Amino acid sequence: MSEENKEKPHLLTVNNLTVEYWARRGKIRAVENASFTLHKGETLGVVGESGSGKSTLGMSLIRLVPYPGRIVKGNIILEEKNILKLKNEQVRDIRGRRISYIFQDPMTSLNPVEKIKDHFIELIQTHEPKVTKAAALRRANQLFKDVGIQPERINDYPHQLSGGMRQRVMIALALALNPSVVIADEPTTALDVVVQAKILDLLGALKERYGMALILITHDLSIVLERSNEIIVMYAGRIVEQSPSTDLYSSTQHPYSQGLLKSIPNIELADQKLEAIEGSPPDLLHPPSGCRFWPRCSYVMPECRAEEPPLFQTGKNHLVRCYLYTEQSK
Amino acid sequence: MTKPTTKKSVLSSILPGLNSLAKRGLAGWLIIVGAIFVAAIVVMTAISPWIVPYNPVEIPSSPKILAPPSMQHFFGTNDLGQDVFSRVLSGGGVMLQVSILSVIVCLAIGVPLGLFASYAGGAVDRVVGLLMDSIYAFPGLVLAIAIAAMLGRGVVNMALSIAVVYIPSYFRVIRSQVLSIKEMSYIEAANAVGAKNRTILTRYILPNIVPSIVVVATVNFADAILTAAGLTFIGLGVPVTIPDWGWDLTNGRRLLTSGAWWVITFPGIMIILLALGFTLMGDGLSELFNPRLEQ
Amino acid sequence: MILILLTMVFLLIRVLPGDPVLLHFEKNASPAAVEQMRHQLGLDKPLWAQYFDYLFGLFRGDLGKSMQDYSSVGQNIFSAFPATLELAIFSMVIAAALGIILGVQASKAYNKPEDHIIRIFGIVTYAIPVFFLGMIFQLTLGLGLHWFPVGQRFNPTIQIPQGLNIGSIHFSTGLYTIDSLLEGNMFKFTESLRYLFLPSLTLGLVLSGVFIRLTRSNMFETLRLDFVTAARARGLTENKVTYSYALRNAFLPVLTMLGLQFATLLGGAILTETTFSWPGLGRYIVDRINFRDYTAIQGAVVVFGIFVSMVSLVVDLLYAYLDPRIRL
Repeated sequence: MSEENKEKPHLLTVNNLTVEYWARRGKIRAVENASFTLHKGETLGVVGESGSGKSTLGMSLIRLVPYPGRIVKGNIILEEKNILKLKNEQVRDIRGRRISYIFQDPMTSLNPVEKIKDHFIELIQTHEPKVTKAAALRRANQLFKDVGIQPERINDYPHQLSGGMRQRVMIALALALNPSVVIADEPTTALDVVVQAKILDLLGALKERYGMALILITHDLSIVLERSNEIIVMYAGRIVEQSPSTDLYSSTQHPYSQGLLKSIPNIELADQKLEAIEGSPPDLLHPPSGCRFWPRCSYVMPECRAEEPPLFQTGKNHLVRCYLYTEQSK
Repeated sequence: MTKPTTKKSVLSSILPGLNSLAKRGLAGWLIIVGAIFVAAIVVMTAISPWIVPYNPVEIPSSPKILAPPSMQHFFGTNDLGQDVFSRVLSGGGVMLQVSILSVIVCLAIGVPLGLFASYAGGAVDRVVGLLMDSIYAFPGLVLAIAIAAMLGRGVVNMALSIAVVYIPSYFRVIRSQVLSIKEMSYIEAANAVGAKNRTILTRYILPNIVPSIVVVATVNFADAILTAAGLTFIGLGVPVTIPDWGWDLTNGRRLLTSGAWWVITFPGIMIILLALGFTLMGDGLSELFNPRLEQ
Repeated sequence: MILILLTMVFLLIRVLPGDPVLLHFEKNASPAAVEQMRHQLGLDKPLWAQYFDYLFGLFRGDLGKSMQDYSSVGQNIFSAFPATLELAIFSMVIAAALGIILGVQASKAYNKPEDHIIRIFGIVTYAIPVFFLGMIFQLTLGLGLHWFPVGQRFNPTIQIPQGLNIGSIHFSTGLYTIDSLLEGNMFKFTESLRYLFLPSLTLGLVLSGVFIRLTRSNMFETLRLDFVTAARARGLTENKVTYSYALRNAFLPVLTMLGLQFATLLGGAILTETTFSWPGLGRYIVDRINFRDYTAIQGAVVVFGIFVSMVSLVVDLLYAYLDPRIRL
């Protein structure tokens, strides 16, 4: 896509990924033709509202799209291998080891009848059968130090830990096998504000220390503006804007992204009026014709209703799916 | 709605009903298949006096004892020379009577009991509830056998013993439903307007609990049939002069060693079909009323 | 609540129409004989006196005397009980094992043919009268193929398992399987299993339907919970996810059901024991019914009731122990 990125090694490349859900009432395209590249050591932010397809996108990277969803098109290439073409056993091996996933709700993501230490022992011994229980526990101890939990808590059951602690456990589990990619799906949504910042800082620090790439999925644009290198904005299953975060802030191009930006409260602006985006996300069973966003767009033009705009390149690494930029891209 | 009087109008009112059931997916189909089983057996038993090739209870003067199935005797004969096929056609009567009677008794006693006790609340509810729980906790068949042993043989006694064992089930279901409905605001509103308790019960609560009662009743039917068969097996059934599948099974037990498998197999299958019919209906109905939230 | 149960059974044979003693003799006995029996069994005392006798008797383990020969009902029941216990245990094991295995399979193959077959199997087994199934097995596996015996509890040509016999220590459980192992006699062990097989298979099959259904629906829901998906996302094997994560969490309601089904088990045991001439409590009751031995019937029914209550209690305790959320 661009020259600058050719220097950084490609870690994960996604091409034309399309995911559909087959419900009794009809077919829903949760993700359509998504393409992007993740580089080593980079943080990629994926922003969108609920229903935008961002979680589905994340889940498809480890081939865990829940029934009745299925990946119908595209490829996901991790270190030369196309994940979508691998056998089940090979994918299982990748999960947790090469790519880790941190789920949104820490309260329900751990096995209620197992102690924390067993979660770690299972994980490590499944992927590295030769490791002894004692060695696995040592590793878990080290991880606990890294994420900031007292080591004795490892003997507890999940329900004995607070939400913030459980999220740290999830992070520790995600890092246990030194993956190249960590996907964090709304890592802070279920937590209170104070803990949110701590967890995000923690993720950032660990990312540096372990040298992994991070995909941060969230609905909160402010988080990714601060903490990611590149941002993908999703709407109704489509990538509508893609750019380095600094560029996105200074030159927000897609009307939807502009709306998102305007709705972030800024503590320094005393009289700021919070502007919400008018309307609501479309029903994916019966999406609007043409551009998915046109019913809510203040810049809507005739061609928007007719046919969906392609991604136009407006800058070195900046892509927008909007007819407003037809000229600029040429 | 005018009452359908001719055969044609009965069918024409059933068919749209069937159609809408079929549209409801698996649940609808279960109900239809189950109902077909049951209806077929009911009809068969009802018209059996006219279609039996032989008299099911008469002992022929020159009996062909334990004859295997043949063209003359489709299902063979038993040790008294009676034609098994004829007995199969007419043997469902006892089971049907027992189950219908037990359901009627349960409805007559269990429904009002459940309604009043749970609506009244307080001490009444607790006492009755305790009694019901005790009966419910007891091994059902054991209790039925004990009661039937005390009462003696016969259709009515069998029905009564089954009814006693089953009433707590009705009570429980009704009670949980009534308790949740009771808290709803429209009951409060009705009270505020001065509606009599009796009116509230019959006009507001009763119609809402009918679906669950129906479900319990179908399970009741199925259980009653199996229990009646069990009671007969132990010797607490009906006298020999009435054709009964349960009796055939009991009698056939002695004949196993002679290899006369036909005496028990065909009546047994009929019992299974009848119980299965009701069970399918019950499953379908409960699926219909409380669809499982799947995806 | 046990008190209510006991009272119910007490009232059962006294409140119902007909005097138990008269019914016993079936109207062809001299008034003197009737009076004698009444007196011997304490049935001529006023109702409340009888009630107290009954309760206190139960405390002491005295279940009254049989109408047939004035023998101790308690003794008779005590000797018949182990047979039923053994049958109950093996049947429950078969029912639970079948139910859980098939239920798990069905929940994983949601809406596929395997799922439908298993569900139909569960429904049909429930609709089969247990004695009919027993007789079919007797016909086919017993008389037809000669693989298993069709009646009785043990080979009549050899001595029944004796249990532990070392010097002056005599210990036997009454369960032939365990006793033969204690005795160290493998032939007796296999024989006891051979006789146990058909009756427990019959009872177990009929009971399994409920377990299949419950396991299937619980597993179905549990498999969709977050922590299961999270476990898959960590690359844990399907086996581990299914059993350590999903089943262990879905299992507790199944355990409770095990306890509840015990009541049904005892009822079914009566019919099964009759079919297979199994000398347990169930057959005892049926015999006593045929003899119109009402005091014995009362005693046996009481034992059944108490047994079920005890099992429910144990299951409740077990449940609390197994769920770490309750325990801690």
